[in-house]
Amino acid sequence: MSLIPSDCRECPPGSVEPEGVDRRDFVKKMAAACAAGVPVVLGVVGVPGVNGQTVDGERYDPTMHYYGMGVDPAKCIGCGRCVNACKTENDVPRTEGAFNTWVERYVIRNDGEVIVDSPDGGMEGFPELADEAGIRKSFFVPKLCNHCANPPCVQVCPVGATFITQDGVVLVDDDYCIGCRYCIQACPYGARWFKEEKRVAAKCTFCYHRIVKGLVPACVEACPTQARIFGEVEGRATPLARFIRFNEIDVLKPALNTRPKVYYANLDGEVR
Amino acid sequence: MQGFIYPNEFELHWSLLIVLYPYLTGLVAGAFILASLERVFNVKEVQPTYRLALLTALAFLIVAPLPLQAHLGHPERSYEIFLTPNSRSAMAMFGFVYAWYLAVVLLLEVWFDYRRDLVGWYQSAKGPKRWFYYALTLGATDLSEKSLKFDDSAGRWITVLGIPSAFLLHGYVGFIFGSVKANPWWSSVLMPVVFLLSAIVSGIALVLVLYMVTTMARGKPVNMPCLDRLAQFLFYAIVIDLSLEILDFIHRLYESEESIEILSQLIEGRLFLSLIVLQLLLGTLVPFVVLGLTTHSFRPKPLIQVPEELRRMLFLLSAILVQIGIFSMRFNVVIGGQLFSKSLRGLTVYKVEFLGIEGLASTIFLLLLPLFILWLLVKILPPWGEEPWNQKPSEVAAIQG
Repeated sequence: MSLIPSDCRECPPGSVEPEGVDRRDFVKKMAAACAAGVPVVLGVVGVPGVNGQTVDGERYDPTMHYYGMGVDPAKCIGCGRCVNACKTENDVPRTEGAFNTWVERYVIRNDGEVIVDSPDGGMEGFPELADEAGIRKSFFVPKLCNHCANPPCVQVCPVGATFITQDGVVLVDDDYCIGCRYCIQACPYGARWFKEEKRVAAKCTFCYHRIVKGLVPACVEACPTQARIFGEVEGRATPLARFIRFNEIDVLKPALNTRPKVYYANLDGEVR
Repeated sequence: MQGFIYPNEFELHWSLLIVLYPYLTGLVAGAFILASLERVFNVKEVQPTYRLALLTALAFLIVAPLPLQAHLGHPERSYEIFLTPNSRSAMAMFGFVYAWYLAVVLLLEVWFDYRRDLVGWYQSAKGPKRWFYYALTLGATDLSEKSLKFDDSAGRWITVLGIPSAFLLHGYVGFIFGSVKANPWWSSVLMPVVFLLSAIVSGIALVLVLYMVTTMARGKPVNMPCLDRLAQFLFYAIVIDLSLEILDFIHRLYESEESIEILSQLIEGRLFLSLIVLQLLLGTLVPFVVLGLTTHSFRPKPLIQVPEELRRMLFLLSAILVQIGIFSMRFNVVIGGQLFSKSLRGLTVYKVEFLGIEGLASTIFLLLLPLFILWLLVKILPPWGEEPWNQKPSEVAAIQG
């Protein structure tokens, strides 16, 4: 799997290291490792991401994690920075029909009419609303792959190229996918797209190359209002577990029994 | 675009090639089931079409996986479906169902049915042709009564096995669509059954057209009892197919789930021409009325007595309309299912391209290719049963006389 980085160039510059790591120390190690440029050396100095190590220098153990994401639509301001960050971080083409994450705007008018839009996936923000007096309410909803526990996309893949990792992330193996696009059809959320460049199915990876280093996904990091909370689904005191505990939680299209692991707080019933 | 669609739904992912796939497989299953009518159910009138139907099924089966293959992002990896199939995936089973059908059912049945002729051609031919036919006999040149009897009973048993296989082949194609719970236009338990029935309809209609065309091209008289019987079966199949489609329609309308609004918009707008006009009116109702009135479907006599010449034309016209209707049905399923957003809030557009792998040109090519293969097969294995060893002694005398 190419998602687990094997050299230091894959460590995104400017990423924020978790608490407990001295920033200066971290940068120093990075510079030294990049200069050395030899994987063996990198392993010895304990540079993040090498040999599956976290930024703390610990070995990453996928069986010790089970990831999900919390989304608080009330906090989302529709700035689109998450979409931008994702495109940059994951080399997602800035063309139509290629989004690992996007933001939808819901406008519910006084007569009950619902208008939804997502121009360019909300990447450049949203146009001003006209006739504000006629609007009952409006809000933004960030969307992404739900990393379902019972994912129909994984079920339908004829060769098993898309799979659930031990830590609960749904991934696609680019070197194995035959490009039949059955998974794109099977996803009820429109979360998958076809990567023309590699002729394979593509999707949100929860920034797997980052989370194995103990970093959060790019969209989470870029969000100025902390509308997205990434972390461990299980446990009691993790940020995501607390988010789930203290909010009314909904998932998208629960009737389909896909068991999504993206949890929405106080979600309006109009959101599909 | 109309309303809201998810940003990733900007493009359709399955195009005309995937429309072809169920259309071609349907013709295979349908033609085979027609052939089995003669073999297993002893409908003697359709005997003149038996071998033609078998070869038609074979020709179309050879082409059926090509559109799938061409559509893949990585065709060179398609063998992985055989090596590491995902046992939970409906699509993973395709290779196995296909291989079973091709190797175990069709090829074996054709071989047993033709063995007598292969030996005959081998014995009467000269030069390379002789060895070609000898190779096709696989060395089994025994023409004793016992071995011919064995051919016959083996063929019969393979057909018996072939009927559920044909059901499996096409019911399975329907399942690929019907089992997608994310898509309310596809997700229906009736889908495999509807696919199967429409396959039978299209298969009978195709063989009817091919039988008429080939007979006329050879300057032979069309066997009218055979044609009447084919038209009658075509009518019955249309009745069941239409009933199932109507049942599906009423069921959706009555349940009126959350998708009903967007699906209504889909039918009234984007699919009006291909569904209401082509599939329902021209492809189903017109043949239904024409065949219902002119075949012996209700009583020993047809409702309207039509002269033979006109009847032939009406049957041919109905069968061609049926083909258009069934192709439209596949289009409406495959393309229609992608024209609305899974947010159920908007519709998108399908732009057919002409050139390119997924374009109209390659679709037309893949539609004509099985006909070319059939022509080849007919050259190699003439299905007309006119060889001297197939004639009864009196007929031989008549020919020689």
